[in-house]
Amino acid sequence: MKVLLRALAYIQPYKFLTLGALLSLILVSVANLASPQVLRIVIDRGIHGKDSSILVWATLAFVAVAAIRGVFNFTQGYWSEKGAQHVAYDIRNVLFDKLQNLSFSYHDQAQTGQLMTRLTNDVDQLRNFISNGLLQMVSMLVLLIGSLVALFSMDWHLALVVFVTIPSMTAVIIRFIRVVRPMFRQVQARLGALNGVLQENLVGVRVVQAFAREPYEAARYTQMNEELLEANINTIQGQAASFPTIFMIANLGTLAVIWFGGYQVIGGSLSVGQLVAFNSYLALLTMPIMMIGMIVGQLSRAIVSAERLFEILDTQREIADRPDAITLPPVGGRITFADVSFRYAGSERPVLDHVSFSAEPGQTVAIMGQTGSGKSTIINLIPRFYDVTGGGVLIDGHDVRAVTVESLREQIGIVLQDTTLFSGTIRDNIAYGRPDASFKDVEAVGQAAQAHDFIAGFPDGYETIVGERGVTLSGGQKQRIAIARALLRDPHILILDDSTSSVDAETEYQIQQALNILRRGRTAFVIAQRISTVRSADLILLLDDGKLVAQGTHDTLLRESELYGKIIDSQFEGERVAEPEQVVDNVLA
Amino acid sequence: MMMRGIQAAAQLEETGASQSGPVLRRLMGYLQPFWKELLVVLGLVLLGAFTQAAGPYLIGRAIDGAIAKSDRAGLNRTMVLLLVVYLAGWVASRFQLILMGTIGQRTLARLRIDIFATLQRLSLRFFDQQPAGDLMSRLVNDTDVLNQLLSQGLAQVLGSLFGLVGIVIAMLALEPRLALTSFVVIPVMLVATRVFSNMSRRAFRDTREAIGDVSAELQEEIAGVKVAQAFNRTGVNQVRFAQRNAANRDANVRATMVTSAFPPVIDVLSTAATAIVAGYGGYLAIHNLVTVGVVVAFLTYVQQFFRPIQQLSTFYTTAQASLAAAERIFDLVDTAPDIIDPVDAQLLPPVEGRVVFDHVSFNYGRRAAANIPSSTTASSASTLVLDDISLDAQPGQTIAIVGPTGAGKTTLVNLIGRFYDVVDGAVRIDGWDVRDVTRASLRSQMGIVLQDSFLFAGTIIENIRYGRLDATDAEVEAAARAANAHDFIMRMPHTYKTRLGEGGRTLSQGQRQLLGIARAILANPRILILDEATSSVDTRTELLIQSALRTLLKSRTSFVIAHRLSTIRAADQVLVLRAGRIVERGTHQELLTRGGMYAELYRRQFRDEEPFELVRTA
Repeated sequence: MKVLLRALAYIQPYKFLTLGALLSLILVSVANLASPQVLRIVIDRGIHGKDSSILVWATLAFVAVAAIRGVFNFTQGYWSEKGAQHVAYDIRNVLFDKLQNLSFSYHDQAQTGQLMTRLTNDVDQLRNFISNGLLQMVSMLVLLIGSLVALFSMDWHLALVVFVTIPSMTAVIIRFIRVVRPMFRQVQARLGALNGVLQENLVGVRVVQAFAREPYEAARYTQMNEELLEANINTIQGQAASFPTIFMIANLGTLAVIWFGGYQVIGGSLSVGQLVAFNSYLALLTMPIMMIGMIVGQLSRAIVSAERLFEILDTQREIADRPDAITLPPVGGRITFADVSFRYAGSERPVLDHVSFSAEPGQTVAIMGQTGSGKSTIINLIPRFYDVTGGGVLIDGHDVRAVTVESLREQIGIVLQDTTLFSGTIRDNIAYGRPDASFKDVEAVGQAAQAHDFIAGFPDGYETIVGERGVTLSGGQKQRIAIARALLRDPHILILDDSTSSVDAETEYQIQQALNILRRGRTAFVIAQRISTVRSADLILLLDDGKLVAQGTHDTLLRESELYGKIIDSQFEGERVAEPEQVVDNVLA
Repeated sequence: MMMRGIQAAAQLEETGASQSGPVLRRLMGYLQPFWKELLVVLGLVLLGAFTQAAGPYLIGRAIDGAIAKSDRAGLNRTMVLLLVVYLAGWVASRFQLILMGTIGQRTLARLRIDIFATLQRLSLRFFDQQPAGDLMSRLVNDTDVLNQLLSQGLAQVLGSLFGLVGIVIAMLALEPRLALTSFVVIPVMLVATRVFSNMSRRAFRDTREAIGDVSAELQEEIAGVKVAQAFNRTGVNQVRFAQRNAANRDANVRATMVTSAFPPVIDVLSTAATAIVAGYGGYLAIHNLVTVGVVVAFLTYVQQFFRPIQQLSTFYTTAQASLAAAERIFDLVDTAPDIIDPVDAQLLPPVEGRVVFDHVSFNYGRRAAANIPSSTTASSASTLVLDDISLDAQPGQTIAIVGPTGAGKTTLVNLIGRFYDVVDGAVRIDGWDVRDVTRASLRSQMGIVLQDSFLFAGTIIENIRYGRLDATDAEVEAAARAANAHDFIMRMPHTYKTRLGEGGRTLSQGQRQLLGIARAILANPRILILDEATSSVDTRTELLIQSALRTLLKSRTSFVIAHRLSTIRAADQVLVLRAGRIVERGTHQELLTRGGMYAELYRRQFRDEEPFELVRTA
């Protein structure tokens, strides 16, 4: 509930819209409550009193009431939805901003699909509640109280008789909420499971057919289908026990009104008009009760959704500028790791364990080690994607935590392992880090990154659309665009997580050339996958299980480190066996 | 409620079935086993409609005949009758809901089974042409649309229809003049509903596009958030997202304008009918042309007959969408399987494993020329994917197949398990033509390891056991050990009982591959087909995989689409495939000495390896 109040705070900027909707809604309800009175007058004063002028007035009153109700019904629906859409817009923006700024450690854990669901479905649930449920709750109360007041003021004896129907209808609704609604969830779960099997059989059709497992899969599917059928039939029975019963109770209310009311009319204490009006109020009374089920559903869904949304908003942003952070002045590129340790939140095992080294401006540093030895962590600490848990990372003597994140990253060019391209043109993608770059600059870095030739080969050149709706690029092409992207920023510090993706030998050579150009005159950190890179490095860092076990040049390490020799050997093996097919492809194609 | 109806209808697809008649008849065919129950449903619907019409009539009679005449006994009689009517209505609607719902769900369950059975009968040729994702979402959507029709729509519409007829008859019988006057509103209402549903359909199309844009943007920016942060782009992205987000909001607000206007318009129209009854009915009553009870009954009737009209007018859209869905489903079910066991198919006895290709040719265009995905072959439907391929693999031999993408490597190995049928020539195993034996007996003696081992959602042990369903736990473990998978499995939180997510995403590619190998080892096939993975895994895993493969290949006839030099070196025969033809064959050594294309490839490779040689000698 608290969570909902917090969500409702987002309505604040649209309070006039919401108040307008609320006021409209109350007017609609009042108009609804007035109609039976007009009916009473028609019957008692018009028909019984044989007064045709009353009839004319009453008819006009009907139309007037309907018109008023129509107008306010519209403003109610429109304003409340408009307000809710604005609230949804605001919440989505806030969430998006938050997600954009949450640090890597958060995004390591989060799954894109789940975050998507929160920003789409959960926001919609909340919006739906704000536009519908919230106001309906108010209207429900107005109708309920209004009808009861009208009933009791007209004839409290009769009202008491009718009143009995309310708790019984409510009981049916509550049973529905408690018993039948969970059945819907079960149906959804079983349908999900059944579709899961179907999906596996479509995606994995080759495996199913190859192992001749059709009968097994069919049995599995049939059984789950039976289970779904059973859940569906249970639900149908639950539904059938609910709504027809509510209607019947409402009908019994009508019966009671006519029957006992009839006696009172005969006894002279009630008029026919009052009897008819009474009956109409009864219908108004049933409406809000029927809606309880819907609103409770909306409410509980909205609460769950709001909780999930606030969970994102309440996540602490780990990497943030200190209040006294200074702008990092243009750097020379001296990078020092002073006794750096790092472990992921919630983990006992250090990923980096007291690592110290220093890279001079212009040097190329190659980082080597097995998967999981901490290579990526080192390069992620330099642009402060994570914060160290011990020691410090210094650039030209500035601790990276003492400067603003923006000024720090501005001076670092990064080619990540994941060469994500965004939908848009190639030019947009190269200019990603400097959207205002001139075309000449973009073309220049395209050339330097050995990407110009294949880009110029597209009919639209640099304006070629890439991504989901455009041209599909090969891994090697993407990598070169990523290199151009980093190059455009002309950084003093360069970071290359240059992991092997399957590219053919020719492309690999070109990428290598591009990287060599990129490295020139900058301090470069490279996760080394290629022997040639390692050999030409000024400094090699050899990591094993988070510890820096050796550092130096290729020649020193060959002499001094046994592990280095081993790794060089095994990587040589691995690289060699992985290649023939690609070469074959390349030559024959 | 009314707004719901029109919104739901507006959000449906706009395509109808191309041939409604046959589709409808076919759908009826699915309902046929339930014809007795359906008759009962019809009876219940009629009873329900009758009680709906009878209620207000009895109330009117109570007012005129009993209350106005102070006839207490008459009032009691009428009220008891009304009670009976109400109870009958309750029973009717309750059992109608249960019966119709059950029939609908059973029909749907049968349809699902039919769909699944069809999918199982179809050969890879079909799945090559249908991306799994598209097929999946279509099937899920289509069955869902049909579900709505079968479980609620049909009964609801019948109820509305008969209810409406009942009310109209009752009104006409009670007082024709008043009835006809109130009917004036009906055409106006029909037109209004039509106009609004068209307008809201347009509006909702815009909102669908807008939310699609928002989702696409979200997907991309969340997936690429690390790049955005690395390049200080978050600010720009936020502005861009806010724009799409605003476009979505505005499209929705515009749609709301339409949907908010609809209920009030209907409300005004229905009140107009009430006003007509009150005014004109009152006038008639004053002049004693009708009784008060009739007017009261009419007031109830006019309020009741607008809902069915609404439902009927939106039903058209729902029905169209349902028929289109049914048509797509029937089209799928009707797809003739292109590979079937012949009637006199033999069970393939346990084989030695000699595999012979006898002048085999193949293309994908033999059946109705559908689009062939370019990943399978770049050639047009008429050119041969495999052209006059002959080979003879002796039991226990390893055959390595190399060649560029699109040369026909995958197609060649797929013919062995008869995933496709040859166009010309024959594939024989121990002398049996693969077309003369049952596919089950053929494939049960074959094992297959794909580039990316497909794992099912379930535990690790279940996934390995997929190779042989009756394997004991000990046998599964032995297979895992032989595949070098045991160690990493034991490090998993619940070892062999660890549940894998969808597609085994929680495992690395290398680990998935080891499980795929374990699965094949457990199956212990005489003939093995292996598509080596191209993407690189780390050195340690690579060594594990290589040693596991050696175990797997031992003493079986193996066809390997080879990407590793070590595999090619160890092969008994190397086939170099190019554009569907075998251009060179022999052992690695023979091919090297022959000095042909393979040898050249090999030499070119050494040029790249030169620096590493230096490293080694250093």
